[in-house]
Amino acid sequence: MMKKSRRSFLKVAGIAAIGLGASPAINFASSDSHGTAHAVKSKNKEALHAHRWGMVIDTNKITDEIAESIVKACHKAHNVPDFNHEVDEKKYPDTRPVNHKQEIKWIWEEHFHNAFPDKEDEFLAERFHDLPFLVTCNHCKNAPCVQACPTQATFKREDGIVMMDFHRCIGCRFCMAACPFGSRSFNFRDPRPFIEKANPDFPTRTKGVVEKCNFCAERLAKGKLPHCVEASEGAIVVGDLEDPESEIRSLLNEHYTIRRKQSLGTEPSVYYIM
Amino acid sequence: MLEIAIKGSKNYWLWIVFLLAVMGAGAVVYIDQFMNGLMITGMSRDVSWGFYIANFTFLVGVAAGGVMVVIPYYLHDYERFHRITILGEFLAVACLIMCLLFIIVDLGQPTRALNVLLYPTPHSMLFYDMLVLNGYLFLNIVIGWKVLEAERNQVEPPLWTKPLIYLSIPFAIGIHTVTAYLYCGLPGRGFWLTAILAPRFLASAFAAGPAFLIILCYLIRKFTKFDPGWEAIQTLSKIICYAIIANLFFFLCEVFVSYYSNIPAHKAHVQYLLFGYHGYTALVPWMWTSLILMTLGAIFLLIPPLRNNHTLLPVTCAMIFVGAWIDKGLGMISGGFVPSPLHHVTEYAPTGPEIMIALGVYATGFFVLTILYKLATQVKEEVRG
Repeated sequence: MMKKSRRSFLKVAGIAAIGLGASPAINFASSDSHGTAHAVKSKNKEALHAHRWGMVIDTNKITDEIAESIVKACHKAHNVPDFNHEVDEKKYPDTRPVNHKQEIKWIWEEHFHNAFPDKEDEFLAERFHDLPFLVTCNHCKNAPCVQACPTQATFKREDGIVMMDFHRCIGCRFCMAACPFGSRSFNFRDPRPFIEKANPDFPTRTKGVVEKCNFCAERLAKGKLPHCVEASEGAIVVGDLEDPESEIRSLLNEHYTIRRKQSLGTEPSVYYIM
Repeated sequence: MLEIAIKGSKNYWLWIVFLLAVMGAGAVVYIDQFMNGLMITGMSRDVSWGFYIANFTFLVGVAAGGVMVVIPYYLHDYERFHRITILGEFLAVACLIMCLLFIIVDLGQPTRALNVLLYPTPHSMLFYDMLVLNGYLFLNIVIGWKVLEAERNQVEPPLWTKPLIYLSIPFAIGIHTVTAYLYCGLPGRGFWLTAILAPRFLASAFAAGPAFLIILCYLIRKFTKFDPGWEAIQTLSKIICYAIIANLFFFLCEVFVSYYSNIPAHKAHVQYLLFGYHGYTALVPWMWTSLILMTLGAIFLLIPPLRNNHTLLPVTCAMIFVGAWIDKGLGMISGGFVPSPLHHVTEYAPTGPEIMIALGVYATGFFVLTILYKLATQVKEEVRG
């Protein structure tokens, strides 16, 4: 009982903090400088909040199948184009051939030595060699992409999520140079011909803007957990890093975890249980 | 003064028409890029900046190099630079116009470029780059124009140009320093993460800028009645000599630190550029060509009989200019992206359309340069005649 009331107090405090502190950020997201008060009022009561969102990925529980379904769930829901998708010639005539090096991805599989290049080890335990390591935006506490963006199209929310305003981005790609994790993709071309079935609940992007994982902010606002968590069969947990009582904190307490390129000081919010 | 530009010889008009044709061809290809996106370039997810940004970086250097004539003339009253100071300032103007065009053609959403002004963001280095580049462009246009106008009317330039001239000196250093800061402040890019990047940029700028100026002086002597003066050229060549040696020395420091410390994140890029990385060697011949050109150029400038040789000097300058262009235009940007932060190797080469658009930008710069130089040389001829 005690625990519950504390949690609900934090929730209310969190909402209040967002309302007071993050109104400029909400402005960015809505690209509407007049609707601040309205945007806050219409916030869903069910929405999930945190002081700083974080993610724990249990690498022991991630198989190739699970990883694949996570990637698929995320990319489908967020209208991420698949360059292997056969283009509907009637709808999009004269579509030029694709350059796979220009692909777009929000979350994907990497080998250990690519996900953690600074932890490359000649004598690494063999089981790690073929294990799929899911990598995505780390929603860094000190995000270099936020620092680099000249228009604040990439910005940090009060709750730690690094978000993008696709309508403000000028496509200078400074953020891509700044990101030490290769988490950002640029729309070198119109992505729409390569989306099998567009999800109407999420915007498709135009050519010439950068995009990346948004921690499913659109789902948190509706009280739902991110797609990757849902598809992960328990391998991915998200929660409030700053709440000592949270599930994510107890996981971090019980397991040895690592983060990507910790030494750079960007303070990633994605942890890996080894 | 602008009326001078519409009176010229047949060769002048042929050159103008040629430049307009290249600009037109570049514009046609750019329309394709504008409609279909940057997919027409060789850039990729891993190498997200390419030829455009590399040329931008190089040309910022050439623009900054103009200060190498401004400092001796205005701070040390070095009279021999009197005739070529305006050439340095107008070269800076043309280069900065190319820089701004290269930024525009590199944007994914060029129509939103003014968002940088609408949402000024002081924690982004690009914000400061915009300020200093436009500031330096403005200063050089005003100073160059006013000083030339005064010369034509055979009066002293207005007094208020003096503070602007002094201000243009830190701006020149500033444009290339801030351009280096775009790269060297990024935590995950080992190749650029070095405090010597801005000094290195400046050293190569102070070699490439004046080297190009000497070549231009030769062309001016050939095509106009205006003589920039052999002694001024001699002094410039000594400046280039110091600068190119400093540039090579800084590069040596980079190589030493990356190899002796043996830290993979720093070494991998230098390894890729000089010897290839995991079998990927696209830039190796280029980098060695660049190093040989710059080293030979430095030697030719060090030995007085070679430096004083009227025929060899423009060749030496061309070698240094091309060497610096390869170093900065091909190696510096690609080198920072290969290998990627996840240690994948994705190589980069500009595509045909990309090169065509770049040529269009260069043609625009040369168009501006031709007209400004036409004004400058004609006024100087008139005054002396």
